[in-house]
Amino acid sequence: MAKSIELIHQPETIYIKPSSGLAALNLRDLWTYRELVFFMIWRDIKVRYKQTMLGAAWAVIQPVLTMLVFNFVFGTVAKVPTEGIPYPIFSYTALLPWGLFTTALNTASRSLTSNTSMVTKIYFPRLVLPLASVLGGLVDFTIAFMILIVMMIYYKVTPTAAIWTLPLFLILTIVTALGVALWLSAINVQYRDVNYVLPFLTQFWLFLTPVAYSAKIISAKWQIVYSLNPMAGVVNGFRWALLGTNTGPNLNMAISIAISLTFLISGLFYFRSMERTFADTI
Amino acid sequence: MTIAVRVDHLSKRYRIGASQTRFRYGMFRDVLVDVAMTPVRILRSMQGKSMRGADATSFIWALDDVSFDVEEGKVLGIVGRNGAGKSTLLKVLSRVTEPTKGTVAVRGRVGSLLEVGTGFHPELTGRENIYLNGAVLGMKRSEIDRKFDEIVDFSEVAQFIDTPVKRYSSGMYLRLAFAVAAHLEPEILVVDEVLAVGDAEFQKKCLGKMGDVAQQGRTVLFVSHNMSAILRLTQEAIVLKRGRLIKRGPTQEAVDFYLSSGQAETGERIWETDEIPASAAPFKPIALRLKDQRGKVVDTVRSTEPVTLEWEYQLDMPVTGLRVGMYLSTMRGEYVFTAFDTDDAERFERFSARKAGRYISRCVVPADFFNEGRYSLGVNASSFGVRRYFMDENALSFNVDISGAPGTHWPEMRQGPVRPRLDWKIEKID
Repeated sequence: MAKSIELIHQPETIYIKPSSGLAALNLRDLWTYRELVFFMIWRDIKVRYKQTMLGAAWAVIQPVLTMLVFNFVFGTVAKVPTEGIPYPIFSYTALLPWGLFTTALNTASRSLTSNTSMVTKIYFPRLVLPLASVLGGLVDFTIAFMILIVMMIYYKVTPTAAIWTLPLFLILTIVTALGVALWLSAINVQYRDVNYVLPFLTQFWLFLTPVAYSAKIISAKWQIVYSLNPMAGVVNGFRWALLGTNTGPNLNMAISIAISLTFLISGLFYFRSMERTFADTI
Repeated sequence: MTIAVRVDHLSKRYRIGASQTRFRYGMFRDVLVDVAMTPVRILRSMQGKSMRGADATSFIWALDDVSFDVEEGKVLGIVGRNGAGKSTLLKVLSRVTEPTKGTVAVRGRVGSLLEVGTGFHPELTGRENIYLNGAVLGMKRSEIDRKFDEIVDFSEVAQFIDTPVKRYSSGMYLRLAFAVAAHLEPEILVVDEVLAVGDAEFQKKCLGKMGDVAQQGRTVLFVSHNMSAILRLTQEAIVLKRGRLIKRGPTQEAVDFYLSSGQAETGERIWETDEIPASAAPFKPIALRLKDQRGKVVDTVRSTEPVTLEWEYQLDMPVTGLRVGMYLSTMRGEYVFTAFDTDDAERFERFSARKAGRYISRCVVPADFFNEGRYSLGVNASSFGVRRYFMDENALSFNVDISGAPGTHWPEMRQGPVRPRLDWKIEKID
C-alpha cells in the first residue's frame, strides 16, 4: 500500500535561482526541517559532556560556583542591597537565565563555522544551526533550575503568583540570545573576529546586567538607558516572577522586550540575506 | 517525456584572492588605512557589497552561461578537467551555493554522494550517526526507521553498530557513511568521483547501487575523470571547459571530443597561473612536451621512433621525497602505464631532496611501443605517503602514426594499446 502511494506521489519542482534584494524569511522551509533541529540538539546534548569525569554535573557546578563567588564579593564584602532576599538565591535566580544566554550566544555564534562541512556540502536552512545551538542550552538550564528549587525550599522563599510568567521570560532569553547570535554567526562566516569579540562581549554585558546587583541601584534618570539592554528585562522578570522583587513589568521592561524583538527580526533578515554566500565565504 | 533537471543560462561567479590581497600591505601607511577603513568595510559587507567590486579581474566565472536538460531516468556523464566547473555545477544543483545568474529547475529531491559522512560525529555510535546523518540529508525519522536494517546490512558494520565511530577504521567509516547516503533514494542522484575511495569490492557495490538507482527510473548525474566508468555507466555526457558547456552528445562522442579537444594540438601543454590550484605550492608546473628524436615538439608520434616526454616545473621551496611522474592512458581511459622519475631506488636516494629552482624531468619511451590511435598523457607530482602537490590526469593528448610498425601490411585494426615489435621465431618441428 505504502509503495503505491509513493508511486503516485509527484515530486515537487524546485527552482534554484539567484535571490535578490531582501530575502524572504522562508520559515516554511525551516518547518520542513524541524526534525533536523531536533537531531542537532540531540547531538549537541549527547556529545557535550562525553569524556568528562563529572558529566552533566557541570551544568550545576558552573552557576553554583559563580553564585558562591558573587556571594562572597557582593553579598558579604560589598553588601549590595537585595530587597531583603538572601543574596545566594538573589544572584542564582539571575545566573540561571544569564548562563543560558551566554552559553547560547557562544555556541550559536560559532555554530556555522564549527559545522563548515555541513554548510559547504549540503543544503538545509542554515537557521537550523544557530537555532539548535540556542535551544540546546535549555537542558543545562533545566538541570540548574533544580538547584534553584532546592534553594527556594531551604531559604523558605515562596514563589509569587506571577510565576506563570516565568516561561515568557525564558522565551525572552531565547529570543535575545538568538537575535544577537544570528548577527554574530553570520558575521563570523566572513570575519572570525567574532571569536575574539565574544569573550569581551559577554564579560561587558554581564556588568551591564543586574546579575550580581539589583537593578534598583541604578538612578532613576538612567533607568531608561539601562533597559536598552534586553537582558536587564530578562533578569528583572525572573526575579519578579520567582522572588517577588519590585521589578515587575513596566515601561523599562517593555523597552527591553522591544529591543530584544528588534534584534531577532533584524537578525533573521540579515542572516537570510547573507545565507546565500555562506558556502562560498566560510 | 518529463524533464528532471533543467539548467537554464546558469552562471556562477566567484571572487578570487579576496583574502590574499587584503593582507598584502606594502607600507605601514596601508596598514593604518586598512584599520581605519575596517568599519566601512564591515558596513559594506553587511550590505553584501564589495569594496573592490569594480575590479573585474578579481572575479572568475566558474560557470558561464551553461544550459542543458536531463530527462527523467537518464544517466548523464559530466566530464571536464579540474576547474572546468563540474563541482560548482553540482553545488548549485544541490542548492549549497546560489547561482549568480540563470535558473535551475529540479524535479524532486537531489541527493549527492559528495556529502558522504557529512554531519557524522566521531563521539556518536554508528546507530546514532545513521539517524543524525539521515536527518542531515533530509530524511524523515520514520523513513530512517524503515530503512535502518537495510542500511546496516549494506554497510557491513553490523557488529560495531553501537561503537562510537571514532573507533572505526576509515574503511568502515566510509562504508557506513555511504550506506546512509545510498539509501536516501532521491529522485535525482549526483555522484562526484566518490568511486575513487574504498576497496575494489566496495566500489563495485557502489556502482551497483548507482545502476539500481538508474533502473528505478531515477535520474543520475555522474562526474568522473575515469573515462571508462563514464563510458560504461552513462548514455549521454556533457563536456565542460572553463565554466562553459562545449559539447553534449552520446557518451562515446563526448568522451572522444573531450580527450581530443581541451588542449591545443601542438604536442605541448603550458600551464597558466590561473590553472594551478593554490594547493599545489610550492610545486609549479610549467610545461609538458612531447619531442621526437630530433628534439622537435610534435603532436603526432611515429610508432617506429622513440619519443621523449618532458615535464618542466618549478619548485618555490626545497621539497623532500618528491616524485614526478606521468600516466599514459588511451582515449577510453584504460591506463597503459604509470611511471615516476625516481622509480629507480638509487636515483630516488640521489634526488630525495630537491632544492628550489627550475627542473625538467624527462623520459624516453622506446620505439615500437604505441599502437595506432590517440593517447592521453597525465602528470602527477607528489611525495609518497605525504602529499600530492599536483595532478592532471589529462594534461596532453597526442596521435600515433603507425606507418612501418609491425603488421601494417595488413590493413586492419589491432587490439590493445601497445604494438611491440616482438622477436618471433618460426620453427618447423616435424
